[in-house]
Amino acid sequence: MANIRLIPRLDIKGPNLIKGIHLEGLRVVGDPQVYAVNYYESGADELLYMDIVASLYGRNNLSDIVKSAAENVFIPITVGGGIRSVADADQLLRSGADKVAINTAAINDPELISKLSQRFGSQCVVVSIEAKKQSGGKWECYVDNGRERTGIDVVNWVREAITLGAGELLITSVDKEGTRKGFDLELYKAVKDVATIPLIACGGMGCLEDFDNVVKDGGVDAVSMADVLHYNRLTLPQIRSAALDSNINVRQP
Amino acid sequence: MKITVVDYGIGNLLSVVRGFQRIGCDVQLAAAGEEIVSASRLILPGVGAFGDGMEEIRRRNLEEPIREYAESGKPLLGICLGMQMLLERSFEFGSHNGLGLIPGSVIEIPKQTPAGNTHKTPHIGWSGINKDEVSWEDTFLQTTSPNSPVYFVHSYMAAPPIEYRLASCDYNGVSICAAVKNGNIYGTQFHPEKSGPIGLEMLEQFLTL
Repeated sequence: MANIRLIPRLDIKGPNLIKGIHLEGLRVVGDPQVYAVNYYESGADELLYMDIVASLYGRNNLSDIVKSAAENVFIPITVGGGIRSVADADQLLRSGADKVAINTAAINDPELISKLSQRFGSQCVVVSIEAKKQSGGKWECYVDNGRERTGIDVVNWVREAITLGAGELLITSVDKEGTRKGFDLELYKAVKDVATIPLIACGGMGCLEDFDNVVKDGGVDAVSMADVLHYNRLTLPQIRSAALDSNINVRQP
Repeated sequence: MKITVVDYGIGNLLSVVRGFQRIGCDVQLAAAGEEIVSASRLILPGVGAFGDGMEEIRRRNLEEPIREYAESGKPLLGICLGMQMLLERSFEFGSHNGLGLIPGSVIEIPKQTPAGNTHKTPHIGWSGINKDEVSWEDTFLQTTSPNSPVYFVHSYMAAPPIEYRLASCDYNGVSICAAVKNGNIYGTQFHPEKSGPIGLEMLEQFLTL
């Protein structure tokens, strides 16, 4: 078992690090560069940048932010938001990103997953899924930051994305995101049996116990967290040391 | 200290460049044969598929210059796909010839563990590296502690004869070749430039070779 990865998530709007609830109600947190360097220095295993309005406006403004991050941050960087084509991905990879995350564009054109993985390798392609709970133990994929329904079942989409060449899955619970009320464990339990590629959980971490639960019960390979770190409710060293106490393998930098 | 990075139009060169800049190097990108041959320290980076990588190297007529550089005895470091391309061949999407600077093939990471369980591939994340057949003395790992965690992201792995294995890591019971050495030729499956301070220290040690 590789170590469980701790991945701070930086949602970006324009030049700012922002944070919302249920992916909405956005507030400015600060300068993303300051937070990125702080997380790197305190032992983050990777960083995840999301341009959360990019898909609405059909643009991508993250290259500059990623470029300056890559000067000071020597851990893997994943970038998502507004990536529509191989050329978009290429530009971000050339700016210092190691992986790209795609959601809306992959739903609209699933072949994009194959194109990206053939060009850059599947390890480079993170399929990002915004999941909202439905009745009957099902989850539906949403796009545009939890605004638009797609009618696509999450578990079915996971299977298809893997077949098309996805290298990792980032699954965000729209219901739990920003609430600090814990992860949607049922969601990850439903996905883990079909996830033959690494699975990153995102949305809802409020305390150390939430981390424990999503790793042990949810069976995820990595945990992405935002709010809990941005507002200093917990630090990465605290999370790491609690994980070790609880017999969860994490990197010891 | 001057370092030369082979630019063959594929992959994320920026991370490698930034990594060496952080430790005070003057980094040159080399897209032409003569720049490669005249380098004093050479890095072969790379992400993506093996066949594509070799094709780009050949299309730019860089295969012979890289080989000529390697024969000169000056230090060469291949990173990730750059390490895999040092071997003789790969079976990723067909069969492709590599640079052949290190004997052996590149094969798929077994999808089953020795215990018979299926496990996840690609192998993505931080794994501790340990000593293998070749001593770490007088290599870029000379100051690295065993079991130091470094960042891996790969679906295929190098399978050289044991006498070229410099480091390995355990992935659910599968032994993965993490670093290779053949004289002045080195390779890492992991990304030292993405492995935090531990990885940057390895890059610094490479400069002393």
